[in-house]
Amino acid sequence: MAITKDHELHKRRLTRNLGLGGALIAFCVIVFGLTIVKVKNGSMMQGFDHEPRVSMTPAVEPVK
Amino acid sequence: MSDIGYLESKEGDAQLGDYIALLKPRVMSLVVFTAFVGLVVAPVPVHPFVGFIAILFIALGGGASAALNMWYDADIDKIMRRTANRPIPAGRMTGGEALGFGLGLSGISCVMLALATNVFSGLFLAFTIFFYAVVYTIWLKRSTPQNIVIGGAAGAFPPMIGWAVATGGISVEPVAMFMLVFLWTPPHFWALALFMKEDYSNAGVPMLTVTHGRKSTRKHIFAYTLILAPIAIGTGFTSIGGPVYLAVALVLNLMFIQGAWRILKRDEAAAQADSYKVEKRVFYFSLLYLFGHFAALLVEKCLDMMGVSQMFGWF
Repeated sequence: MAITKDHELHKRRLTRNLGLGGALIAFCVIVFGLTIVKVKNGSMMQGFDHEPRVSMTPAVEPVK
Repeated sequence: MSDIGYLESKEGDAQLGDYIALLKPRVMSLVVFTAFVGLVVAPVPVHPFVGFIAILFIALGGGASAALNMWYDADIDKIMRRTANRPIPAGRMTGGEALGFGLGLSGISCVMLALATNVFSGLFLAFTIFFYAVVYTIWLKRSTPQNIVIGGAAGAFPPMIGWAVATGGISVEPVAMFMLVFLWTPPHFWALALFMKEDYSNAGVPMLTVTHGRKSTRKHIFAYTLILAPIAIGTGFTSIGGPVYLAVALVLNLMFIQGAWRILKRDEAAAQADSYKVEKRVFYFSLLYLFGHFAALLVEKCLDMMGVSQMFGWF
């Protein structure tokens, strides 16, 4: 036996609450999925905060 | 209203099904299919997940405009038998709820489409919702018997949005797809209006069958199928067309014109005698007509991707 008693309002609004919950979960999945796709399709990301970027420094000729 | 009063009030307690009904799911299926074709036949490939999300939000945008339409039309929906059981006239939902739902969904769908794809597509979807909800529903629906013609434009925008999702712009091909749906809508709906005994006149909606009579409606159906045919067949000569599309378009348009001709040649007595058999047949054929054209465009795309079109020298 449940320790709390649902108000009649909860029963009346069950389907729309479930629908809203489903919509919110779907929205999170969409934003997460889009983030993954955008990051994967995005241009190359580089993390050189305190040193010269390798891609921007002139190529060094090997010493013969 | 006090908290207790709010808890006990059953007015406006809509169920999930009522919110789904507000989106007009059957109309949404046309939006989904044509937008999908517009997106797929575009020359720029789209990531499948982004494509899926784009179609989803285009469909939700269409649903949002339907909710706004039901909010504004609640007074006439109550009068007409076909629409009397919609959530607002049936008393399961308040007009304010439908308005809030429609506006909220419009905002979410346009912003999400813009973020997921490009800003142009988001703005285009916003314009489509505005066109259906304001230009058609609020302005023209109750003021001109050509309401179906102009309202058809709103239903014809989705393939253009699909194309814009992929390319970020508009060219002759999406305009051809737009014209196909735009010119198809009047004969499709007027064929329905001939055999559906709707009480539009009681509701104050000027339908062509009421304002100009059934004979004139028959002439209009035939005229529109004649204008539609060259546009539909001409699409075959654009970059999205090809021999398969041309063959399908030729057959479907000849059949549609033949059906419209039979409608034109009938009078009301003959139609009533066989319970509008020809009108019903043309209406159901018109659904196949539109599906056939867009399906043929998909086939052309598949053939193009497999390199079959190039083998036969078709661009």
